[in-house]
Amino acid sequence: MDTNKNSYTIIYTIALVAVVATILALVSIGLKDRQQTNIDVEKQSNILGCAGLAQDVKNASDKNAYIQEEFKKYITEALVINADGDIIVREDISKTDKINQCAAFKIKPKEQFDIIKKIEAASEADKKALKDKLQLPVFVCNTPNEGVNYIISGYGAGLWGPIWTYMAIKEDGTGIAGALFDHEGETPGLGGDIVTEKFRNQFTDKIFIENGSMVPVRIVKGGVKDKAHEVDALSGATITSKAVETMVNSWLAYYQPFLYKNAKNK
Amino acid sequence: MAMDKKIFTTPIIKANPITVLVLGICSALAVTVKLEPAIVMGISVTLVTGLSSFLISLIRKTIPNRIRIIVQLVVVAMFVILISEFLKAFVYDVSKQLSVYVGLIITNCIIMGRIEAFGLTEKPLPSLVDGLANGLGYGLILVIVALFRELLGSGTILGTQVIPQSLYEAGYMNNGLFIMPPMALILIGCLIWIQRSFQKEDN
Repeated sequence: MDTNKNSYTIIYTIALVAVVATILALVSIGLKDRQQTNIDVEKQSNILGCAGLAQDVKNASDKNAYIQEEFKKYITEALVINADGDIIVREDISKTDKINQCAAFKIKPKEQFDIIKKIEAASEADKKALKDKLQLPVFVCNTPNEGVNYIISGYGAGLWGPIWTYMAIKEDGTGIAGALFDHEGETPGLGGDIVTEKFRNQFTDKIFIENGSMVPVRIVKGGVKDKAHEVDALSGATITSKAVETMVNSWLAYYQPFLYKNAKNK
Repeated sequence: MAMDKKIFTTPIIKANPITVLVLGICSALAVTVKLEPAIVMGISVTLVTGLSSFLISLIRKTIPNRIRIIVQLVVVAMFVILISEFLKAFVYDVSKQLSVYVGLIITNCIIMGRIEAFGLTEKPLPSLVDGLANGLGYGLILVIVALFRELLGSGTILGTQVIPQSLYEAGYMNNGLFIMPPMALILIGCLIWIQRSFQKEDN
C-alpha cells in the first residue's frame, strides 16, 4: 500500500488520534478516584502538619486511614468566613462522615486567590461586590499542648508556579503557631526548600499583630536580627522567598477581621 | 542474541546519550539537585524511551513518512501522560517531587533521537532493548551528577545528612554553587572528559 497518499495520511492521523485519546480518557477516568483521594489526604495532612500534628505518618501502615483518623481527632470545626470575618458556615467535623464534603474543605484556594487579585485591581465602587464573593476556610484545631489553633490557608505566585501555605494561628489571634508551605514547581534544592522543616519551623512564634495593628512578617537575607518578626530567607531563592513573604502577609491581612472578632484577646 | 546484548550495553557507557551523544542535557541540569528526583526521572525516561521505541517499531511500516515526527510525538506524549497519571494515583509523593519535569520528558531529545535512529528501522524487540538501554544510560549520568550535587551542595544523600554535624561546627560549609545549574554542566563536562580520555581509540 502507498503510505504517502494524502487520503491515507489523513485517515491515519485521525485513527491514531482517536485511539490515543480513547486510551488516555479511559485511564484518566479509571484513576480519577484514586488521584482525588490522594489530593484530599494530602490537604488534610497539610492542615494537620502546620499545627505540628500527625507527624507519625511515616510509621503508619495505611497512610490515608491514619490521616483521616487524626483529622477527626484534632480538627473540631470547619468554618467558612467572609471578607468581614463573619462565619457563614459552621460544620462539626465529628458529625460529618466525609471530610472532603465540608464546605470549608471544598473551597479552592486558587479561586479565592483570583478573587483577591480582582479586588486589588478593582475600583472602590466594584470592591464591595467582589468582596461579597470571597469565602475563606478556617479549621478549628484542638491541639494537645497549645489549646485552640485556627488553621488558615493561603495561596500565591512563586517563581515557576503556584505556592501555597497552611498556617496555624494561636488562640489569641496575634501569633503564628506553625506554618507549612508547598509548591508546584519551584526549583528543587533552591526555592523548593520552602517545604523543609528548617524553613517552616522559623515561622513558629512569629508575631503579626502588635498593639492592635498589623506588623508584617519579614523574610530577610543575611541573618535575623528581630526574632519576633523576621525569618531567614533561602539562599539562592530570592524570588521564592519574597513570594512567601507576600503570600503570608496578604493572607494574614485577609483573615485579620475574623481573628479580631473570634480570638480570645480583643 | 549476541547482537541483542551489544544493543543493550553500548548505550549505557560507550555511546551514552548524555556524555557521547550530548542529548537530553537540559533535563540533566534541572533534576539533578537531589538524588531522589534524579532516580525517578531516570526510571520514567527509561520506560518512555523503551515503550515508545517499541510501539513505533511495531507500527513503523504503516507510518506515512511525511508525518512521522508528529506520529512519534503523539506516541511519546501518550506514554508520558500515562506515566504521569499512574504516578499521581499510586506514588503521589514522587509525582509531586517531579512536578513539571514529568511533562517535560516529552521534549527530551533522547526519546525522539532513538526513535528516529533506531525504532523506525529496526524490529520491535531490539527497539525496546535499545530504548531501555538509552534510558538507563541517561539515568546513570543523572544519578552520578545528582549524587555529587546533593552531597556537596546540601550535605545529604537521599535527604539524610551524611556530612557529620561536627564538621559543620568546625567551619565546613555546603558549596552553594553545586545547587546551581551551571555546576551540573561543569560536572557533566568532567564526566565527558573522563570518559573520552578512556575511549580515545574510537576516534
